[in-house]
Amino acid sequence: MTRYEALQHILAHLPAGDLALFTTGMISREAFNIGDRAENFYMIGSMGLLNALGLGLALQVPTCTIWVIEGDGSTLMSLGTLPLIATCRPGNFFHVVLDNEAYESTGGQPTISSTADLAALAQAAGYTRVWSVGDQTSLQQALQACANGTGPTFILAKVSGRAPEGLGRVSLTPEEIKRRFSQVLTQI
Amino acid sequence: MRTAYEFWDILKSHQLTFFAGVPCSLLEGVINAGLADPAVTYIPAVREDVALGIASAAHLAGRRGGILLQNSGLGNVVNPLTSFNLIYRIPVLMLVSWRGYGGHDAPEHLIMGEKTPDLLHTLGIPQAVLEVDTLEDNLQWAVSTMEQQQIPVAVILRKAIVE
Repeated sequence: MTRYEALQHILAHLPAGDLALFTTGMISREAFNIGDRAENFYMIGSMGLLNALGLGLALQVPTCTIWVIEGDGSTLMSLGTLPLIATCRPGNFFHVVLDNEAYESTGGQPTISSTADLAALAQAAGYTRVWSVGDQTSLQQALQACANGTGPTFILAKVSGRAPEGLGRVSLTPEEIKRRFSQVLTQI
Repeated sequence: MRTAYEFWDILKSHQLTFFAGVPCSLLEGVINAGLADPAVTYIPAVREDVALGIASAAHLAGRRGGILLQNSGLGNVVNPLTSFNLIYRIPVLMLVSWRGYGGHDAPEHLIMGEKTPDLLHTLGIPQAVLEVDTLEDNLQWAVSTMEQQQIPVAVILRKAIVE
């Protein structure tokens, strides 16, 4: 399963109104090109910060489902946030890590997630529900299964493949990203 | 000296009730009073940048958020300030304790103690040093500045200002 395919499944699965946050680099760019929507927030810089922002949002708007979609490099950079999320126990927090074991945006240098098992770390941190998937069918099954029930939820999806040639950047400015996303939130 | 309860009353009068932070001995009274106050949410963040990420969510939801940190932790928020809050224009109140003020403190606090105002200035973060007699005005200025400019604002707390 390529990361692009994984993102296609995730975006097709998201119900209208679910808020989705995407990390810096290829994940934001691919998500923007696959299925931009007003409920999407693209963090174009600040690698590692996304899951903290997601935790804050989950606490601020408990009636909304929050999806944090990031890469292995981003998760590893802010590993201490995993037990914080688990301790705060937001039932509306869904964490998806697209793990290609590399820093792809900067040339594919290896991360350490080929040996550090991020799903086991999430489990040990105290996430109530953890899935680890490696193909499209099991990702779809996990997305369907996690819709029933709550609890900080973690899906580790092992992915491969490079970003499509000529993939565009997020064409919205940071302020436009914020304004559009805030508008959705304040209308809830 | 002002009490931590007075301090929280001022923050609450500005609808500032959502905080995340990393403790400092100078913030002990403030954090403990916040933890004991059912009207206040305080998330014990694992790092200062994590605190900033959490508190930033309040603005996206149309509310106000703040962080509490020691000035030694300013280094940990340089990246999110410059590549997140300042470019997306996400205001957050930063309550920064000032260890190393005046050059009298443990060695690990002396350099950042001297550089704290310069560092905030370099980053373009408006700042004010809190004083006992002007606490209300200092915080009023901070809130209106962060709302007008839509960026984080730092208020700096020295020893013996709020107990």
